[in-house]
Amino acid sequence: MTENEMKDKDLLEQLQRLAKERGFDITEEIAGITEKLEASEKSVSQVWEKVELARHPDRPRTLDYINMIIDDFVELHGDRFYGDDPAMVGGIGFLDGIPVTVIGNMKGRNLKETIERNGGMANPEGYRKALRLAKQAEKFSRPVITFIDTQGAYPGLGSEERGIGEAIAVNLREFSRLKTPVICIVIGEGGSGGALGIGVGDKIYMLENAIYSVISPEGCASILLRDSARAKDAAAMLKITSKDVLSMHVTNGVISEPQGGAQSDIDATAASIKHRIKSDLEKLMKKNPEVLVKYRNKKIQEMGVFSELSK
Amino acid sequence: MECPHCKKNHDDSVLKTNLMVCPECGYHFRISPQERIKYISDEGSFVELFCGIKTSNPIDMEGYEEKLEAAKAKTSLDEAVVTGSCTVENRSVLLGIMSFDFMGGSMGSVVGEKITRLMLKGAKDKTPVIIYTTSGGARMQEGLFSLMQMAKTSSAAARLDEEGVPYFVMLCDPTTGGVTASFAMLGDIICAEPGALIGFAGPRVIEGTIKQKLPEGFQRAEFQQQKGFVDCIVPRAEQKAFWVKMIDAHKIAGK
Repeated sequence: MTENEMKDKDLLEQLQRLAKERGFDITEEIAGITEKLEASEKSVSQVWEKVELARHPDRPRTLDYINMIIDDFVELHGDRFYGDDPAMVGGIGFLDGIPVTVIGNMKGRNLKETIERNGGMANPEGYRKALRLAKQAEKFSRPVITFIDTQGAYPGLGSEERGIGEAIAVNLREFSRLKTPVICIVIGEGGSGGALGIGVGDKIYMLENAIYSVISPEGCASILLRDSARAKDAAAMLKITSKDVLSMHVTNGVISEPQGGAQSDIDATAASIKHRIKSDLEKLMKKNPEVLVKYRNKKIQEMGVFSELSK
Repeated sequence: MECPHCKKNHDDSVLKTNLMVCPECGYHFRISPQERIKYISDEGSFVELFCGIKTSNPIDMEGYEEKLEAAKAKTSLDEAVVTGSCTVENRSVLLGIMSFDFMGGSMGSVVGEKITRLMLKGAKDKTPVIIYTTSGGARMQEGLFSLMQMAKTSSAAARLDEEGVPYFVMLCDPTTGGVTASFAMLGDIICAEPGALIGFAGPRVIEGTIKQKLPEGFQRAEFQQQKGFVDCIVPRAEQKAFWVKMIDAHKIAGK
């Protein structure tokens, strides 16, 4: 609920009390206001429903989809420089016979794995592993598929010491000019720069209940609304649902989920994802790599909203 | 004015002559783009570019328009970055200087667009690009559009790179968030002002993660150089001469 809506609600309550005391009938007048407030409350709770689904512990993870969509997947480890980040997985496999490179944020599937995988929050070595694998894909003409599902890059000491800013920045630059098709799918949480670090591509999709945001609703509530308890309001204000993001032209489409979310029918969800990827690869793989890169950058350059004063 | 670092009091005029650097301890005060243009560029050479771009409220964020008006009044700027062309001891340069006073130097669609146009012009005209960064990160009020500016400016940096045109960055205090994780860390040469706070996550967030006090000097320019992410630290008084040296040392192919 926005500040203005909160004021409206208070005003409404005052009016109702006053009317009751004075014996006035203002049912018609307040009906319109009540309707508006209820719609706003409904949309706030609808958005939060999606946030909860996107973050649900049972929500299928990157490896779950890889296991269902990719044949003969071989996980490849390390950034050949510092280490192997368990929060970022990647490797090679076959999508109906097409050799592909797959990269993705990996949250755990149970408490033990969540701890092992740092909750899916990658360190610089995770982004550098992603880059290494992407460059290999380019060298050997394999399309790259990324699965985005992270609350963000890990904000730890080591992360800063090893240059998390530089790691993400380099990925943004290099993925923008990778001479092979890149398809990115937000399957859960698209957490800001941590997500974008493997989120630059020719086609970007979100699963229906996924969210994608520049800042977490909690962070926004704390900083902008100065009330960390108002995460639900912040989530609605930030326009982070798959429908919102599509209308911003940041994504190319929404991949629908079964009733109850992806976890209620992983097979169906995986099939929808696979279908979408295959359909895109058919077209993208026919393009001249230089043309592909040109078009990819044209779309990136078009992002943002402003107006221009005519000369 | 009192130095926030050593607490010594100085005459305003003394500080001004010293480019807003404490003569006692060397602390570099935060300064405006207007002040920076004065000491970097040859007198009268600066021509502002891309100033006709107006900020919108694309996700209808309550209070955003008011914040913008307040920022414009406070800084006499239209946005958190000033872009233009100038000469630095007669060498032609494209210059971008960010303003921390303008909504914390946050990057929204207009900052992204101006930085992008500056870089694309550099790539086209084969002119070196120098950007002074200072930012709290991506501008929340524009939602995901702000996040995408990271990709947009990095893509423009790739064009500069491909054309063999030098791109130099001066990281100023503070440079954090989405700006650090995009164009700020893509320079051919990445410099920093002494003592500047430079990082991705904010210090408080990191403290919250590790549940400990941060080590002394963490995320400062000197730390970043030690860890390998800053080429050199250049005090303000030496920056103009430094750019001249760098421009002369970077030949542009096909020019």
